[in-house]
Amino acid sequence: MQSQATYNYKVVRQFAVMTVIWGIVGMLVGVIIAAQLVWPELNVHEFLSYGRLRPLHTNAVIFAFGGCALFSTSYYCVQRTSHTPLFAPSLAAFTFWGWQLIIVLAALSLPLGFTSGKEYAELEWPIDILITVVWVSYAIVFFGTLVKRKVSHIYVANWFFGGFILTVALLHLVNSAEIPVFAAGVLTPKSYSAYAGVQDAMIQWWYGHNAVGFFLTAGFLGMMYYFVPKQAGRPVYSYRLSVVHFWALVFTYMWAGPHHLHYTALPDWTQSIGMLFSLILLAPSWGGMINGIMTLSGAWHKLRDDPILKFMITSLSFYGMSTFEGPMMSIKTVNALSHYTDWTVGHVHSGALGWVAMIAIGCTYYILPRVFGKTEMASKKLIETHFWVATIGVVLYIASMWIAGVMQGLMWRATNADGTLTYSFVESVKATYPFWTIRLLGGLLFLTGMVIMAYNMFLTMAAGKATDAPVLEPAGAH
Amino acid sequence: MDLKNTSDFVSGFWNMYVIVITLVSVIGCGVFLLLQDKAKTNAGNTTGHVWDETLEEYNNPLPNWWRWMFYITVIFALVYLALYPGLGNMAGSFGWTMRGQYETEMKKADEQYGPIFKKFQSQDVRAVAANAEAKEMGQRLFLTYCAQCHGSDAKGAKGFPNLVDQDWLFGGTPSQIKESINKGRDAAMPAKGVKPDLNGDQIKDLANYVRSLSGLSADSIRVQRGKDLFAQACGACHGPEGKGMLGVAPNLADKVWLYGSSESDIVETITKGRVNRMPAFGDFLGDAKVHLLTAYVYGLGGGAKEDAPAAAPAPAPADAAAPAEKK
Repeated sequence: MQSQATYNYKVVRQFAVMTVIWGIVGMLVGVIIAAQLVWPELNVHEFLSYGRLRPLHTNAVIFAFGGCALFSTSYYCVQRTSHTPLFAPSLAAFTFWGWQLIIVLAALSLPLGFTSGKEYAELEWPIDILITVVWVSYAIVFFGTLVKRKVSHIYVANWFFGGFILTVALLHLVNSAEIPVFAAGVLTPKSYSAYAGVQDAMIQWWYGHNAVGFFLTAGFLGMMYYFVPKQAGRPVYSYRLSVVHFWALVFTYMWAGPHHLHYTALPDWTQSIGMLFSLILLAPSWGGMINGIMTLSGAWHKLRDDPILKFMITSLSFYGMSTFEGPMMSIKTVNALSHYTDWTVGHVHSGALGWVAMIAIGCTYYILPRVFGKTEMASKKLIETHFWVATIGVVLYIASMWIAGVMQGLMWRATNADGTLTYSFVESVKATYPFWTIRLLGGLLFLTGMVIMAYNMFLTMAAGKATDAPVLEPAGAH
Repeated sequence: MDLKNTSDFVSGFWNMYVIVITLVSVIGCGVFLLLQDKAKTNAGNTTGHVWDETLEEYNNPLPNWWRWMFYITVIFALVYLALYPGLGNMAGSFGWTMRGQYETEMKKADEQYGPIFKKFQSQDVRAVAANAEAKEMGQRLFLTYCAQCHGSDAKGAKGFPNLVDQDWLFGGTPSQIKESINKGRDAAMPAKGVKPDLNGDQIKDLANYVRSLSGLSADSIRVQRGKDLFAQACGACHGPEGKGMLGVAPNLADKVWLYGSSESDIVETITKGRVNRMPAFGDFLGDAKVHLLTAYVYGLGGGAKEDAPAAAPAPAPADAAAPAEKK
């Protein structure tokens, strides 16, 4: 029996469409800065220089592309698994417009040079306050919906979404504590961190690593837990595994930040703890991969002709790879070679392109036809093309950065018979050019895939029309 | 201060806090896994809950290999904490520290490489500069420590002095070069010289006069007006004829321009002043390496010619082979 009420698909639709648009923008900026490394003369103006565009790229792909994907999928998931429309629909609408305003302000202020200088938290204090307001609204909408759910149990995807929302609020508030600058008695948009010295560095990387752990992992695992079983038409592999890996993941991620500060002014004991919890984190991370991939057990044939499932399963494979690589890189002796090289960049992108972007793309392909009154995207063939173009792009990107990173690390530590360095720094830069060129090609392919997706999206939108699905009654006993 | 015996904590409480919370957390991971492992599972069956029409969960047990991987990392962490620093101020039974590792490696390197550098240390700079092996070692040091600013060809860039020409801001004798490397150099030109009330038009007059000193094209009326202004605003350091003073102010009558010779470059220099600094390398590199670097820089060519007369006496110990036109 179905009730007359409908799910709030409007805000899901808005965020889903903007996921694709911001994906193109963020990745385009990435391609531009990749090109600037190959051809430095492309730094044509201070607003468009590498140093200004790089934070714009990271903010755009993480918070604009990734953020919109998280809003859209979590809103879709939480109302459908709670069997009730979103709580506080006007607040939900506010989160959409507020988040878009934040993105536009970031796109203006970062090229203009306004930055707090904290990686992945560069936005200045007025924007930080806006982020807080939007995020609290998001939490009210999400948890409000959970509170009025029609089923007794909370579905596992919502644990991850909920954990991600709470933790990101905590991370943002603590790390962005800053003191605005008064110049000649006038309040300026400039601020300085509330922390000093090595404490500031530690807070920053506690934030930085958990931005990866919660924004880009817990949130996206939430996506995985709803959309993979849906698309595969199979139950989640193990409820017990979800319980163990959820609590272990959210607990241990919090400790891993110090591995970003190996061999620095950070005390030895702090570095050791960061490394050890990063190693303990391996199993909890892989718990998510196992639960996702094993969900397909008994239905592997579906991979052959379902490109959306291909995106999802490939993303889980990259997730498994990068969450193995991460703990290994946190080991001090490995880190001594990998730190400050392009290996780190390769690692980040195996997570960001391979895992985050591919799962978000797969889920968005799932959502788009459903919120535009269709059962499938306009062209399945184009999804297939997108998948292969993107996969080749990721492989080129990460393979070239691995080779470049290990090469740089070895060049920097090579010494002559008299103990002097064999290579000056610029020689390692020169030797990296071919790999930066391959990386540019990989990024270009990934961007091309997003453009194909946008075309497919517009075809789907043109053929369909905005539709809200009716709210379903819960099935069976709960 | 003996850093080896200082604590990272302001009181013993925080030391204990870190130890307890770390141990409880690591062991807690293992205990949590153990307890969850005991929970009842029912392989191949679902939990019975259904969401959104089709979403179900199998009640499969934890994969064995995965469970053991988790346990092993927890055990590894406990063993590591016993061997290495990690529990607050406790040192770990290996006694390893980051600082200790650095010191050991540096000591080993000094023992191994020290003699190679030392063999040149007692030789005269000119002799070292002529030694092919020393030149190669000097170049490698230069490419590691100096090339970032002075360029791999040592020809400098805007704001970074050229080391292969005959022009020396702080002297080109071996002892002067060595002092520059050892102690670094600070240079500052105040904005508008010693005449802070200079207006824009007067600064243009000055710029034209300065250009005329080295034979560059200039507006003759401005040159006339600039000449008197120069004596008032700039002469104290650059000298009445603009030929500079070693270690104080550059020669403005030669063809070498650290910040550019166009009218607008010079206007900028006068309007805003210039501040520059070469960092000190003495403590970091040690005498032997500095000696090699001195010889390398001396031998780059700037030390070769002796025909240019000194514009001002060098404050450093008189060196008969003072190579450069000084300014």
